Amino acid sequence: MSKTEASLSTADRGGPHQPLIIAKDLKKHFPIRSGLLNRKTATVHAVDGVSFEVHKGETLGIVGESGCGKSTTARLLIGLIELDEGSIIFDGDALGADIKLKELRRGVQMVFQDSYASLNPRLTIVDSIAFGPKIHGHADPSGVARDLMEKVGLDPERFAERYPHELSGGQRQRVNIARALALSPRLVILDEAVSALDKSVEAQVLNLLNDLKEELGLTYVFISHDLNVVRYISDRVLVMYLGEVVEIGPAETIYAKQAHPYTASLFAAMPSMDPDHRTEEPPLAGDPPNPIDPPTGCRFHTRCRFAEDICAQKKPKLSVIGDVPEHLAACHIQDPASGHSQALKEAAE
Amino acid sequence: MSVTPLVEFENLTVRFRGERTVHAINGLNLSLQPGEMLALLGESGSGKSVTLKTLLRLLPPRRSELEGGIRVNGTDVMSLSGQALANHRGGDVSMIFQEPALALDPVYTVGEQIAETVMRHKGVSRSAAMDVALDMLTRVRIPSPERRLKNYPHEMSGGMRQRAMIALALSCRPKLLLADEPTTALDATVQIQILLLLRELQQEFGMGVIFVTHDIGVAVEVSDRIAVMYAGNLVETGSTADVIKDPRHPYTKGLLAANLHGAVKGQRLDAIPGSPPALERAPDACSFAERCSHATDRCRSALPPVVNVSGQHQVTCVLEAENV
Repeated sequence: MSKTEASLSTADRGGPHQPLIIAKDLKKHFPIRSGLLNRKTATVHAVDGVSFEVHKGETLGIVGESGCGKSTTARLLIGLIELDEGSIIFDGDALGADIKLKELRRGVQMVFQDSYASLNPRLTIVDSIAFGPKIHGHADPSGVARDLMEKVGLDPERFAERYPHELSGGQRQRVNIARALALSPRLVILDEAVSALDKSVEAQVLNLLNDLKEELGLTYVFISHDLNVVRYISDRVLVMYLGEVVEIGPAETIYAKQAHPYTASLFAAMPSMDPDHRTEEPPLAGDPPNPIDPPTGCRFHTRCRFAEDICAQKKPKLSVIGDVPEHLAACHIQDPASGHSQALKEAAE
Repeated sequence: MSVTPLVEFENLTVRFRGERTVHAINGLNLSLQPGEMLALLGESGSGKSVTLKTLLRLLPPRRSELEGGIRVNGTDVMSLSGQALANHRGGDVSMIFQEPALALDPVYTVGEQIAETVMRHKGVSRSAAMDVALDMLTRVRIPSPERRLKNYPHEMSGGMRQRAMIALALSCRPKLLLADEPTTALDATVQIQILLLLRELQQEFGMGVIFVTHDIGVAVEVSDRIAVMYAGNLVETGSTADVIKDPRHPYTKGLLAANLHGAVKGQRLDAIPGSPPALERAPDACSFAERCSHATDRCRSALPPVVNVSGQHQVTCVLEAENV
């Protein structure tokens, strides 16, 4: 990496054990206004008290169904929407107190699902990638852009002067990745970044993401609905349901045994890939409830087959599962003191 | 086979004319038995949706050129027009789409839409048609169907709307159901519900189903047989077990690997390089050759042969011809 490029990046300040980003009690509610006077009539509880850490050099996968708040969480992390409550600490510096939003965005970049909508159709590929470095006063922005194009596997000679509509979906997503890397960020948030690609192209982009991570020492937050992809790329996985974290832990631990009934249902809903053992029963009935008026207590209790009275009354806390200290889940069954009949049975064993 | 196939494609070719010509389907030969569930598997631009649309003649007539034969239940689909075509659509053959919110009419209630179809095809009274609509909503297991009959599409959730669309499509008891990625827009836990519902209704009604999908997992979950398409050509067909457990075409193998089922973290993925070809010219060689690691001069100089691997299992690849 050239000297000028390095000077643009935010240097490591907190040391290797300081989490790169800490999200504390993130909250975002969207008001719904209607009627003549445009009064607030309801609230979408998009993100409701979400906390997690992303360690340096890891990939944190975030999974959940539509409306669970995974994309809103991503947008909060990069400051695309304003927090209602909670705090974000980037490498030891609190957003708002120690660093400004602009500085945070130097360190955190994002790649979106729609590769076409996220590029300016009137800018050539090289100009799109060079835009950030140019604004930040880099001496040779298009040089940086061309270097990056090579890194993401696009020949600058062939592609630099092309426009987004002249590229395939996979190529455009490579451009978006290059642009996200143009300011040498340390954290890249990939919000369904490979979901719109064809399977054969998706595999190429996943290989590219792994290569770039190693070469540039990046940290990823990888949001996806595809559990196979998340398993392949993530070190840890965070499962969200209706704006809350229901389970978080090492990918292999969660893929081997899910502690939360919702996580278990999500995994059971994956197609079996074995024609001799097809899925016989759908793990859940109905659609996810509306985040406008989330259920009381445990938000999953309306669809959970283990639900009891306690689940509707009391919100379960995230607590450590078994002997893996990083594995947490929020379910009354996991807490012997909760009063859930199945929890007591487990404690007696 | 002694049974007459429900669907027969004979050397079907579809081209779209415009500023540039697109060779969407090149000489497709494929058949479907009555009561069979076939998955058409392929990526964008492979011609899977176009194949489906030819069965209802839904392609824009002025821009598309169709050649070859399509027969559904003995009817020559290519020669249909006017009333006969209108009877064919929604009567013998029906279709469900990826986006139920776009496929349903927003200004009519779900009950009215189903009843209208039944009245048109079966010639029954409005109240009899409403009874059919209620029965259909019950069969697709929509909770409190009497109330839902009076709902507009926007008052329903995504999964519910998809159930309503299935009810609409099956209301005239078609012999053939066409499903164009019906679960792609749904959440995982809802997707599996709809897949299992379709599997059940297919058994109950004894329909033939052609299910278009890009997701191998979905295909395995529902189908008896899989047909893999690439760039407007059929590259492999066989029973679901044959194709999944013993894939022969390099493209099918690549797709299976790209599904990441059982991929090991940190290990490099065996990705198919490059991207699908532009469809501007009619193929005179194997369309997959430029992305195939086994490609030889033979692949690039002539169209690959269709090779019978076993009973139903066919592969369009030079490599198999050499093995036989």
